[in-house]
Amino acid sequence: MTTKDVVFGALGLLACCSGVLVVTARNVIHAALWLVVTLGALAACYLLLTADFVAWVQVLIYAGAIVVLLLFAAMLTRAPVGPGQDLDSGNRPAAALVAGGVGVTLVTLLVQAFRSAYVDLDRVAGTGAGRPIGDALFRSYVLPFEIASVLLLAALVGAIVLTRPEIGRR
Amino acid sequence: MNQLISTSPLSLPSRAPVAATEATVSTFGHDPWWLILGKVVAVFVFLVLITLFLIWAERRIVARMQQRLGPNRTGPFGLGQGLADGIKLALKEEIIPAMADKPVYFIAPIVATIPAFLAFAVIPVGGVVSIFGHVTALQVTDLPVAVLFILACSSFGVYGIVLGGWASGSTYPLLGALRSAAQVISYEVSLALALVPIFLYAGSLSTSEIVAAQNRFWFVFLVPSFVIYMVSAVGETNRAPFDLPEAEGELVGGFHTEYSSLKFALFFLAEYINMTTVSAVATTLFLGGWHAPFLLSRVPVLNSGWFGLVWFTLKLLTVLFGFIWLRGTLPRLRYDQFMRLGWKLLIPASLVWLLLVAAMRTLVVEDVNLRRNLVPVGIVFVVLLLLVSFWPSSKKPDRDGEGEDGHPEIAVGNRAFPVPVLPGEQTDPTLAPREVTRA
Repeated sequence: MTTKDVVFGALGLLACCSGVLVVTARNVIHAALWLVVTLGALAACYLLLTADFVAWVQVLIYAGAIVVLLLFAAMLTRAPVGPGQDLDSGNRPAAALVAGGVGVTLVTLLVQAFRSAYVDLDRVAGTGAGRPIGDALFRSYVLPFEIASVLLLAALVGAIVLTRPEIGRR
Repeated sequence: MNQLISTSPLSLPSRAPVAATEATVSTFGHDPWWLILGKVVAVFVFLVLITLFLIWAERRIVARMQQRLGPNRTGPFGLGQGLADGIKLALKEEIIPAMADKPVYFIAPIVATIPAFLAFAVIPVGGVVSIFGHVTALQVTDLPVAVLFILACSSFGVYGIVLGGWASGSTYPLLGALRSAAQVISYEVSLALALVPIFLYAGSLSTSEIVAAQNRFWFVFLVPSFVIYMVSAVGETNRAPFDLPEAEGELVGGFHTEYSSLKFALFFLAEYINMTTVSAVATTLFLGGWHAPFLLSRVPVLNSGWFGLVWFTLKLLTVLFGFIWLRGTLPRLRYDQFMRLGWKLLIPASLVWLLLVAAMRTLVVEDVNLRRNLVPVGIVFVVLLLLVSFWPSSKKPDRDGEGEDGHPEIAVGNRAFPVPVLPGEQTDPTLAPREVTRA
C-alpha cells in the first residue's frame, strides 16, 4: 500500500460519491457541478496512472466543454435558483434497480478480468504522452476510432434534424 | 502521422545546434523543494504585480487615446492607482443578494481565479540558469502535454463566470453567464485548432520544447494561426470588442453585476491574469518565447539564461498593449455578429489552414518537391475561402429573437428570469409581459 494507492482509492471514492450526488441533487445546476467533480476526480485518476494526455483531454473536453454546454442548456430553460420540483421521476425504484444491476455486473466483470493484472507505473512512464496515444489510435485502433467519429457525426446531424421540424416538412 | 510528428522541422533551413540553455521536458522534476516554492511564489508575485501595472496602464493608455489624462495622482505617474483600487475594493461593503445560491455564489470567484494562476506554471519565462548552484529552467514545471494543460485551465476558468452569473439569482448576471458559456464553447474550438499547426512544426506539446524549436524562426510565420489565435484569445478572455458577458451598456456589468468587495476584486484579478496568460501563451508559441528578437539572437549572451526574462517580459507587454489598444479602438460586437465570426469564419478557416499545413508538412517530410507549386495554390485557396466567408449573404439574418406569433416568448412566472416557455408550462396570466408594440 503506497501513497499512490491511497490517493487513487480516495479519488475513486470521491468520484463515486459525487456520482451519487449527481443523481440525488435536488437542483439541476448542482447536479451538473457534481458531475464536474466526478469527471475531475476521474481525470486525477488518469494522471496517477501516468496517462497525462487522456487526463488533460478529459478536463478539457468533458469538464471544460460538455458540462459547460449542459449548464448552458439548463440555464436557458430552467434558470431559477432552488430545488426543482419535476426532477424526480416515478421510475426511481426501477432506475435504481437497473443502475445497481449494471454497476454490480461491471464491477464483477472488471475484478474477475483484471484481478491479477498489475502494471508497474515506473516502467510504463511516458506511454501516456501524445505520441503513443496517437500511434495506438491511428495505427492499431484506427477502425474503432473512425466508427466512433462517424457515430458522433450521425448523432450531431440527427440532433439538428430533430430540433428543426421544418426540415421534415419539405 | 507519427513520422510527421517525430521528424524535426525539415522545411526550415537546418537549425542551429540547440544550445545548452534550452530546456526540455527532462530538465524538470529535479528541483529541490525550496526552489519550486521560490518559483511558485515568483510567478504569483509576477502575476499580481503585472495586474496592478495593467490596471494603471490600461487606464492611462485608453485615456491617452481619448485625449484625457487618466489617473495621475497616486504615486509617480499615478502608478499606485492599481493598489489604491485594490484597497478600496477590499474595504467596500460585501452585499450578497437574497436570491443567491450561497455555496455556488462563494465558490464562483475562486473557481475563476485559480485556473488563471495555474496556467502560468508551464510558461517558460527564461532559459536554463543556475540558482545557488542548482541548474534549473526559469519555468515552474513542464509536461509532455503542457499546451493541453493550458487549454484545460482556460476552459475551466469559464465556470467561475457561468456559475457566478447563475448563482447571483438575478437577470442580467444570468444573461451574462449564458453569453459567456456560449462564447467560450465557440471560441475554444478555433483557439485550439489554431495551435495544432504549431504542434506539427515543433513536434511536441511541451512549452519548453516548442520554445526550443523556435531557436531560429518564430512560429509567427504561421500567420493565419497567429491571427486566429489572437482573435479567439480576445473572445476567450471576454475583452473588448468581445466583452459581451459583461457588456456594460446592455447588462449593467454582466456576470458580476451582483458581486461586490473582494469577490468582485477576484473576478477582476482573474480577467487580467487570463489576459496575461493568453498573451504569455502567444509569446511562447508564436513569438519565440524568451528568445532574443531578430539579429540579437546571434549574440549567445543575449539569447540565454536570465536575459530571456527581459525578452519574455518585453514581448508579453507588447501583446498586452495590443489588447488595450483593441479596447480603445473597437466598439463591441453585436451578439449574432460575434457568433457568426466564430462559427462561420474562424472555425472553418482554421480547419482549412490546418489541412494545408498538415499537407505541406507531409509533402516536406516525404520529400516531395512540390513546395514551390503548392505555396501559390495555398494562397489562392485562402483567398477563395476569405471571399466565400465575407461574401454578403442574400438572406437577411433573423435577429429579432421573436416567437412565431411575433411576440417575444418570455415567461415571467419563473420569478425574475426571462426564460422561454417550455412545452406544457403554465405562465401566470397576472404576470404576463406587457405587449410590446414594435414599429
